[in-house]
Amino acid sequence: MSRSPLFPVLLVVAASSLFIALLFGTFPISFVQVFDSIFFPIPGVVQDVIWRLRLPRALAAFACGGLLASAGVLLQVLLRNPLADPYILGVSGGAALGALAALLLGAGLVFTNLAALVGALGAIAIVFALSFRAGDWNLHRLLLTGVVLSAGFSALISLLLVLAPQAQLKGMLFWLMGDLSHAGASDAAWLLLAALLLVFTLWSGSLNALALGALKARALGVAVGGLQAAIYFGAAFATVAAVLLGGSIGFVGLMVPHALRLTGVNDHRRLLPASALAGGSFVTLADTFARTVWAPQQLPVGVFTALLGVPVLLFLLSRKP
Amino acid sequence: MLGVEQLTITAGSRTLCRELDLAVAPGELWAVLGCNGSGKTTLLHALAGLAPAAAGRVTVADKPLATYSRRELGRTLGILLQREDQEFWGTLADYVLLGRYPHARSLFGWNAPDEEAAVRALGAFDLKPLAAQSYGTLSGGERQRARLAQLWAQNPRLLLLDEPLQHLDLRHQLQTLELVRAAVRGAGKAALVVLHDLTFACRCDRVLMLRGDGRYAAGAAAELLQPERLEDLYGCRVRAFGNGPDAHFIPVI
Repeated sequence: MSRSPLFPVLLVVAASSLFIALLFGTFPISFVQVFDSIFFPIPGVVQDVIWRLRLPRALAAFACGGLLASAGVLLQVLLRNPLADPYILGVSGGAALGALAALLLGAGLVFTNLAALVGALGAIAIVFALSFRAGDWNLHRLLLTGVVLSAGFSALISLLLVLAPQAQLKGMLFWLMGDLSHAGASDAAWLLLAALLLVFTLWSGSLNALALGALKARALGVAVGGLQAAIYFGAAFATVAAVLLGGSIGFVGLMVPHALRLTGVNDHRRLLPASALAGGSFVTLADTFARTVWAPQQLPVGVFTALLGVPVLLFLLSRKP
Repeated sequence: MLGVEQLTITAGSRTLCRELDLAVAPGELWAVLGCNGSGKTTLLHALAGLAPAAAGRVTVADKPLATYSRRELGRTLGILLQREDQEFWGTLADYVLLGRYPHARSLFGWNAPDEEAAVRALGAFDLKPLAAQSYGTLSGGERQRARLAQLWAQNPRLLLLDEPLQHLDLRHQLQTLELVRAAVRGAGKAALVVLHDLTFACRCDRVLMLRGDGRYAAGAAAELLQPERLEDLYGCRVRAFGNGPDAHFIPVI
């Protein structure tokens, strides 16, 4: 197979997306000022806007996108279903239910995140417990359990939205659509992303074999049970970390891996790191749009991941091979 | 190479095979015969550790099957599945290379020996011209050869082949059987081959007949491949032409 310059291109795109995120915003900052603040930092407003406001948010967006895209790749291998995305197993539903309940009670950011974490971990535990029976893990049962649980969560979420007073409604809707304006420090998310990429890129030979089906993978010598459990928990925790940063940002986990596959990247040795880079860049750009297009009004980033992603994916799908 | 003691295999409430004893030595080629649903595939899966047996012990290369790690087993025992999912993302060469999984030493990509083994396997099954072609575009017979080539790249000492001749044209059926025989005779491997073609079964050393109700018969091919036994096994009339390894069996219509 010919080596296309995929990674150099993706690295340039990633760096550019972060740079663009630093450049654009309500407060006017020029190209030169961004460079200056990186190489010759002078304390001041510009410095503060770039380093205290824009950079943390850009890093949070990138980590979020990288985690969601990686989780998408992993779950598509695990479930062998092209429609699998990070939210299919009910993780985001559980997190949203927790977060919205907290918002409804008027909780602050910390307590809301805590409630989201409890909800997400609860969903992971329930899905795993219901689909795993002594030594036998049926992936159809896993998929259906996740989908059914998600449906239940979404009913409860609708109920909360209907019951919510007007004052809390907007915050709740932003949370549901995915919004990075309250994203806190993303160190933990970056750490998780790095660990996930390291572990599963080293494991990608097994992922390639597992893509042929569990029985075939075992016949080839893959210890399938442990791998599947690792994929499930790896993807689930990646989703939790992403959801805690930016709410349920949709479409990234589904679209980015497929877009890369459609451009011919299929081997998981390349697909997984490429998805993380592309997903991170994509959410960073979408978030920059979301906070500048209607400035000073900030829009939920989830709207833009879909609005930008849909045409790209439709174009790739309609292209002749 | 393969030792089976008191192996019982069930499917639902049916006992397909009761207290099977079998010893397969290196250099032996076994045909596994039986009607549809008589447990041939289930037996192979049990021997490959892919499905649990109801009772009994299996040893592979003098070591209990249960004590192998999956990867270690993949270097010793290889199974050609009767059915597998048709979807694969890569080229034919990528597919065949996956057979090297249990041998892979490098974390990134394949070593030169892996690639050489894959190229040899592609050559053995006339697949070299198709190597760069996407797996999804191959015909049914070409895919069957690709699976065989993958198993040849895996290069295990014990081969379990579930209907290796399905979808193959006449020439490739012969070629595949010759390759299996060469692997067994020349390289000291052992093979259990599920067959429905009795002409090919006659070219095997030994035969295992599964009745599907728990009863079985195992022995020398010349002894078991008799018209009466085959009529009893398949439930139709059979006429024999010639005998020994050159025998042919034809159902009487």
